[in-house]
Amino acid sequence: MLHRLTISELTARLARREVSAREAMQACLNQIADVDGDIRAFISHDPADALTQADAADKAIIAGADFARQPLLGVPMALKDVLAVKDQPLNCCSKILGNFRSPYDATVVEKLKAAGALIFGRLNMDEFAMGSSTENSAFQTTRNPWDTARIPGGSSGGSAAAVAADECIASLGSDTGGSIRQPAALCGCVGLKPTYGRVSRYGLVAFASSLDQIGPFTKDVRDAATVLEVISGQDQRDATSIPQPVPPYTKALTGDIKGLRLGLPKQFMVGGLDPEVKRAVDAAVTHLQSLGATVQEVSLPHTDHDVAVYYIIATAEASANLARFDGVRYGARVDGADPLEMYGNTRGAGFGAEVKRRIILGTYVLSSGYYDAYYLRAQKVRTLIRRDYLRAFEQVDVIVAPTTPTPAFKVGEKSGDPLQMYLSDIFTIGCNLAGIPGLSLPCGFAPTAKPGMPHAKLPIGLQLLGKPFAEETILRLAHAYEQSTPWHQERAL
Amino acid sequence: MSAPDFNIKYVAHLARLKLSPEEEQQLGAQLGHILGHIEKLKEVDVTGVEPTAHAFPLVNVFRTDEPRPGLSTEEALRNAPKQSSGLFVVPKVVE
Repeated sequence: MLHRLTISELTARLARREVSAREAMQACLNQIADVDGDIRAFISHDPADALTQADAADKAIIAGADFARQPLLGVPMALKDVLAVKDQPLNCCSKILGNFRSPYDATVVEKLKAAGALIFGRLNMDEFAMGSSTENSAFQTTRNPWDTARIPGGSSGGSAAAVAADECIASLGSDTGGSIRQPAALCGCVGLKPTYGRVSRYGLVAFASSLDQIGPFTKDVRDAATVLEVISGQDQRDATSIPQPVPPYTKALTGDIKGLRLGLPKQFMVGGLDPEVKRAVDAAVTHLQSLGATVQEVSLPHTDHDVAVYYIIATAEASANLARFDGVRYGARVDGADPLEMYGNTRGAGFGAEVKRRIILGTYVLSSGYYDAYYLRAQKVRTLIRRDYLRAFEQVDVIVAPTTPTPAFKVGEKSGDPLQMYLSDIFTIGCNLAGIPGLSLPCGFAPTAKPGMPHAKLPIGLQLLGKPFAEETILRLAHAYEQSTPWHQERAL
Repeated sequence: MSAPDFNIKYVAHLARLKLSPEEEQQLGAQLGHILGHIEKLKEVDVTGVEPTAHAFPLVNVFRTDEPRPGLSTEEALRNAPKQSSGLFVVPKVVE
């Protein structure tokens, strides 16, 4: 049962030497062997290396390691297949990277290792983080642990499903337009996208550099605070990381939210919102009021344009970032008579349909004659969107909203219609455009029909958006809500 | 409403992507649909609005100019699809 524990529960038992890191790791490996044939969250993992790491942690614990200095000592963690771990494979779930193995550790990986984490597996995702369901992975589609006929969300769907199915204790993902919060909501775990610049992206394969952030998936809010504290901070190797001190996030979890001012964006509670999602979010807001928070309506008038702005800016940046995959220095190569032909052949064979679609769109909006009409205009509307959020934060401390318009949809339901898939990110994109932090946590369940299971249900996510660098405030609010509601105690398996 | 002169062959060439005729046809139709949605942005009045490239722009981010360990030649070449004599091998560029 050790695989079912949270970070704080496991490390408390490790510190008391009631259990060993090897036992905890073995429990996760057993769970993967038992359930991952159905869930398909892991692309690869190395059990022998995982147990070797666990033995090293056990030695450190016996030698008197300090858990205050190493808060993740002995904790099995797996990572989205977009983060570099020295000598482990890195594919971004694309064919184009071939047999790539990382020659170095990402900064977040260095930090996790220094904190004692056992990093043992590669988790499925939409190819190059482009998608909302993991159906764009070149390798496999991950299934939602609550109902394997449904998608886990994306792009970090493997990271969410692995935590929800207790295959690892916590994981990392990346969030460009909702890729942490959306799958966390659909799989019933806690997912946090930090403020832009809070966490170094060195060693994260870039998708859209003005939007990408790395963040944790965990089983409760305290664990999210613990991981965030470990991975945050300025890094000389990422010039966009911001020199802002890292507060002790776990100390912010006081349980007291009296007087906190919450804003409900009126543009989010309209058409397309599933009635069960609306019911759960309304009930959560009422509950937060009963805990002493005050609630008012706020307006984000440019919300309607979030998706259009996002799909111009993100694809433009992606078309530039993905130019490096050309068959010269790494990955797969398809030969050609000259370099140009080789690039075209390699990229034509190596990228999947969604990646091609976005590279084409991004190239088009940056091309001569269209730059001003599309890209520059999108950047200007982005200014207006960001301004809307900062104005709302003059009146309120946290914006509260649904994470997704519906619970998890079925595999294949939207994969034929890219625009419908894009529109499912409608509530998460604004946060990335504005650069602010956002967290999703479970706030209830929607009943669902599932053959032979009359009480089947799907998780619903509550999204909390904070002021720039106000992670402490959204963690405090999330923790107070979680600890006074039963949702986080429900397990998928 | 789709963009008037969206030339999929030209854009694919700019992007160094070789597409099959089926892909050209399918991507062209889907992108027309997506561009139709994006056209909505033309309704927004952006007069006098500065563009946002980064949420928190930092300027002149410097570090001390000191040599630090980097990848060895072997490590840098480890993932190369084709290499020889410590170099990446590519198709002939100059006749």
